Amino acid sequence: MRAYKDTPEILVEDSALSPVPSATPPLSLKQFRRITPRGGLLDLNLREVWDHKGLLYFLVWRDIKIRYKQTAIGAAWAIIQPFMTMVIFSLFFGKLARMPSEGLPYPIFYYTALMPWTFFSGALQNATNTIVENQRVVTKVYFPRVILPLSAVLSGLLDLGISFLMFIVLMLYYHVHFAWTILLLPGFLLLAVATALGVGLWLSALNAIYRDVRYVMPFLVQFWMFASPVAYPSSLVPERWRWLFGLNPMTGVIEGFRWALTGRAKPPGGLLVASIGIVAVIFCAGLVYFQRMETTIADVV
Amino acid sequence: MSSTVIRAEGLGKRYRVGERERYLALRDILTRALRSPLSFFRPAQSELMWALRDVCLQVEHGEVIGIIGRNGSGKTTLLKILSRITRPTTGSAEIYGSVRTLLEVGTGFHPELTGRENMYLSGAILGMSRREVDRKFDTIVAFSGVERFIDTPLKHFSTGMQMRLAFAVAAHLEPDILFVDEVLAVGDLEFQKKCLGKMEEVSGSGRTILFVSHQMNQIRRLCKRVLWLEGGEIYRSGPTAAILGEYEAALGCGQRNQNQRSTGTRTKARFVRWQIDGTESGSSNFLTTMGAVTIRVQVEALAAIRNGLHGAALFNGERQLMWGWAKENVQLDPGLHEFYYTFPTLPLRPGPYSWQVSLWENGKVLDMWDCVPDMIIATEGHQHPQDEWNGILNVPCQFEIRGGN
Repeated sequence: MRAYKDTPEILVEDSALSPVPSATPPLSLKQFRRITPRGGLLDLNLREVWDHKGLLYFLVWRDIKIRYKQTAIGAAWAIIQPFMTMVIFSLFFGKLARMPSEGLPYPIFYYTALMPWTFFSGALQNATNTIVENQRVVTKVYFPRVILPLSAVLSGLLDLGISFLMFIVLMLYYHVHFAWTILLLPGFLLLAVATALGVGLWLSALNAIYRDVRYVMPFLVQFWMFASPVAYPSSLVPERWRWLFGLNPMTGVIEGFRWALTGRAKPPGGLLVASIGIVAVIFCAGLVYFQRMETTIADVV
Repeated sequence: MSSTVIRAEGLGKRYRVGERERYLALRDILTRALRSPLSFFRPAQSELMWALRDVCLQVEHGEVIGIIGRNGSGKTTLLKILSRITRPTTGSAEIYGSVRTLLEVGTGFHPELTGRENMYLSGAILGMSRREVDRKFDTIVAFSGVERFIDTPLKHFSTGMQMRLAFAVAAHLEPDILFVDEVLAVGDLEFQKKCLGKMEEVSGSGRTILFVSHQMNQIRRLCKRVLWLEGGEIYRSGPTAAILGEYEAALGCGQRNQNQRSTGTRTKARFVRWQIDGTESGSSNFLTTMGAVTIRVQVEALAAIRNGLHGAALFNGERQLMWGWAKENVQLDPGLHEFYYTFPTLPLRPGPYSWQVSLWENGKVLDMWDCVPDMIIATEGHQHPQDEWNGILNVPCQFEIRGGN
């Protein structure tokens, strides 16, 4: 081990050698940074995330741009995936198992749930892998790391929009009318984004440290889908377990989508409050956890 | 009137050995816990290593500072801490001004996107706004020299072209403070000269630059002051000329590192050093003339050698043999000898080359040395403007057109 030097050499050649010279900032204080071993617990730097919105835009743009490169039918996949699942669900859960569907035609009943679900599961998986996939960038350039899961989640919105076009076709075909409740759809969408991002923040940071997360993902997503009212209505869940069911924020999102898009079914009242509450907790805790991990991610990823 | 833009005190970075290279799997933690249940609750007894230790430095506005040191001496770690890619374990630093970092060329490039798209993406990752790239678009493209391919997917670019484009984007960053890590070693010599020129231009425009390089002539050209890191600590710092002189003497430029792996027993004879004759230390591996050149190789005979065979070969950067030669019946008495090879000219295209010298006796190799450092041919190129038509020779050619009315 090297001996500790009493007088660390300061890189000053001929100018004043005073130990703590007072720096006179030549530039605005906005550009001042202090680098320390650890940041504070609530040192979230949201302002800096805002400053990097240009980067966020380009990362979302890149994800969208390359997603369907070298595929024969391109963005049609955004429709085919939920559509085929809808067909399968309608056949097996609908025609064979005679699942109650709140009085909606099965294709409408399932497609309304599969749109947010496909978005959510895709966004969650992309967000989980994003730090590992962008390993080179993470170890070579500084930017607020939270941009990565954020862009992974946002880039899924375009696919959701495309799959919505198919939904309009279905609505016309089955003569179901949009209700005024559709005005509330953005709120449920926001809840879906917040859920995907909140959980994605946890999983992407964990995945950077423990690659096991990647192998857990397929089970997690599948289990989560059956724990959400995608294939069945939440009215099927016994009354006394409803509160537990509501702890899954995707319950509120999916019930909300069904209600907002068709105006039938029941509004997700108490469920929604529970969902919003739990998302707020997951999201804020995820943000804090992620920011704490951010400082070590470049060392371990 | 100068003012301090970077002030660091007691910066240190400790890594758990292995932590940097390998991520953890839950399995490892579980097996460790099973093997010795108690250790699970104690911090792991892994070896700790200080990649950087107690670094204090102060940089004034507009300074260009070179950082030198052997591999693993903490140069990159220092840049990573100052650019906030990683946090220090100890100490703190204050930075005034916008910071951009170039640790690698082509960070964030995506092979499926076109050259143009990658310019914007890479620009955004390095911290350039869309408008900034718009404004500099033509300059960047012209600098890169890949105009014709700008709308082709990057995967169809040659490595050299990707590097040119990447550097062109990076070279047009306009931060207050720039950290550069060994990225000027890209492309052919022609392009390197261009990059170096650009760096000089940037440094002349009042920006503060911290610049890591192994190429001493680059440091000499760009930096007034040098920081020499050794084992994670600042070993020396001061004016470029003095520090570089000391550094080169310590490294023994052109001299053989006896720990280096080699073929041959080296009990009877060994190669010691090589250089281009008549050059000064520090640039003794740089060939800048198209005229006559003498290569000098020092060999130490530990016993008398009768009926020796001496071979020499020159390879290019892709390990293609450029020239090979052998001399039979070499007689050496014990002691130091010098082999001189004089060529009327070495008409090879600019770039890195390596000599390989060997000494044999009765069919057995006594020593074979892949000479370090590489010989860098930095002559003026007389070639086709496109890489793929350069060929391997660099021959000045008189061209004229005769005939007609």
